[in-house]
Amino acid sequence: MRYLTEFHDPELARRLLDDIAATATRRWTLMEVCGGQTHSIIRHGLDQLLAEQVEFIHGPGCPVCVTPLEMIDRALAIAARPEVILCSFGDMLRVPGSASDLFTVRAHGGDVRVVYSPLDAVGLAEANPDRQVVFFAVGFETTAPAAAMAAVTARRRRLANFSMLVSHVLVPPAMRAVLGAPDNRVAAFLAAGHVCTVMGTAQYEPLVAAHQVPIVVTGFEPLDLLDGVRQAIGQLETGRAELVNAYPRAVRAEGNPAALAMLREVFTVCDRAWRGIGVIPSSGWRLAPDWADLDAQTRFDVAGLTVAESAHCHSGAVLQGRLRPPDCPAFGTRCTPRHPLGATMVSAEGACAAYYQYRRLTPAL
Amino acid sequence: MCLGIPGRITEIWDDRGTRMALVDFGGATRTSCLAYLPGAAVGDYTIIHAGFALAVVDEEAAHRTLATFRELGLLDEMRRQLAAPREREARR
Repeated sequence: MRYLTEFHDPELARRLLDDIAATATRRWTLMEVCGGQTHSIIRHGLDQLLAEQVEFIHGPGCPVCVTPLEMIDRALAIAARPEVILCSFGDMLRVPGSASDLFTVRAHGGDVRVVYSPLDAVGLAEANPDRQVVFFAVGFETTAPAAAMAAVTARRRRLANFSMLVSHVLVPPAMRAVLGAPDNRVAAFLAAGHVCTVMGTAQYEPLVAAHQVPIVVTGFEPLDLLDGVRQAIGQLETGRAELVNAYPRAVRAEGNPAALAMLREVFTVCDRAWRGIGVIPSSGWRLAPDWADLDAQTRFDVAGLTVAESAHCHSGAVLQGRLRPPDCPAFGTRCTPRHPLGATMVSAEGACAAYYQYRRLTPAL
Repeated sequence: MCLGIPGRITEIWDDRGTRMALVDFGGATRTSCLAYLPGAAVGDYTIIHAGFALAVVDEEAAHRTLATFRELGLLDEMRRQLAAPREREARR
C-alpha cells in the first residue's frame, strides 16, 4: 500500500540502524507518548534491534488507559439507564471500571453500541428520537476534532436527545508532568505525529526551551520510528535540544487550521485526572460553556458512585514508565486481554497489551 | 483509535452541508468526513482518525524523507571505497 510499504523497507531500515549505531556512544532513554507508536515499536521489534542504543520508556499515550476511573464508572451508570444508548469506540468496552465494564453492562441489557465515528452516534440519535444517545468522547487531540464536529452536527440538526460524556486529554501537559517528576530519566521525546497533524508543532517549543530536551515529531511506520530515534540521538550526542519534524508528509507547523478553529469553539481546557497518574493541570478538554446543554455529565445524575481501583493492577506504574509490562507480577497470568485487571491490558494501544500480543512467547532479553 | 493510516479519496459528496468522502485503504473502503480538509480532492491520500480526514499526505515530503534514508551511509561507503586503494598502496 502506498505510503506504508515504502516505510517498511528492510534495506532502508538497515541504513537507519547502522547510522544510529555509528552515532550513539552510549545508551539513551527515549519516551514515546502514543500507544500507536508503542505498538509499532514492540510489533516490529525496534526495541530489540536498538537494544544497545536505546531504552524505550513507554509514556502515557493510550487514551482509554488514562481515562479516569470515575469517568468510566459514570459511563457505566449512564449506560445502564433504560432510556440511554451509550456509544463508544470499541476499545472502551472491555476497560474495567470499579466493579464492571461496558460489555457486562450490555450483557445485562444496557444498550451499548460501538461506533467508528462520533458522527455515527449523531445518526443514531436522529434515528431514535425516543431514546437518549450519549457519545463517550475519549481520546487525545486526534479524536477530539471528530467529537467537536459531532456536537456541531447535533446542534445543527436540532437533536435534543444527543449528549456527550467528554474526557479528552492533551499530550503536551503529560510530557511536562513526566519531565517535572523528580525521578525523570527521559532524555528525549518522540512526539506523536498525528497529534501534531491536528495541533501543529509550536506547542512543544516551551518544553524544549524549559527542559533542554530534544523533541522529534515522529510517524508510526518502522522507518518513521527509526528516523525519530536517529534524529533524537543525533541531537543528544552533540548536546543539542531542538524541536524537529521528522514526519513532514503528515505534519505542518501550523497543524490543521479548520480543526483547531472547531476545537477552540466547542472545547475549553480543564484540569484532568489521568488514570494511574493523578490530576495534571490544564491537561484536558471539556465542553465550553456555550455547549453545556450537550454535557451528559449534567444531563444524567449518577450520584453515589463508589470509585475503587483494583489493588492488583500496576498500570499506574506502567503508564509512568516505572514498570515494564512483563515485569508486573500479574502479567499474562491473572491479567490477560480477555480478563484484564487494568486498561493497559485491554486497549489496542495499551503497553501491556502490546507486550502480551507480540512478546509473551519470547524469553525476556 | 489513534492509528491513522493513509487511504486514497475515491469519491466526494455533500451530505446536508458537510463534505464527505469514500476513502480506499488498499481494498477496504470507509466513509469519512472531509470537513477539516476543504482543499482535499479525489486522488489525494489522506490520514483518517475516527472517521475524519485530518491531513492530505504530502507526496513531495514523503519522497524527500525516503531520499534522505537512501543517502544514509552512502558517504561512509564512498569514503571506504576511496580509502581502499590508498590502503593497498600503503601496504606495498
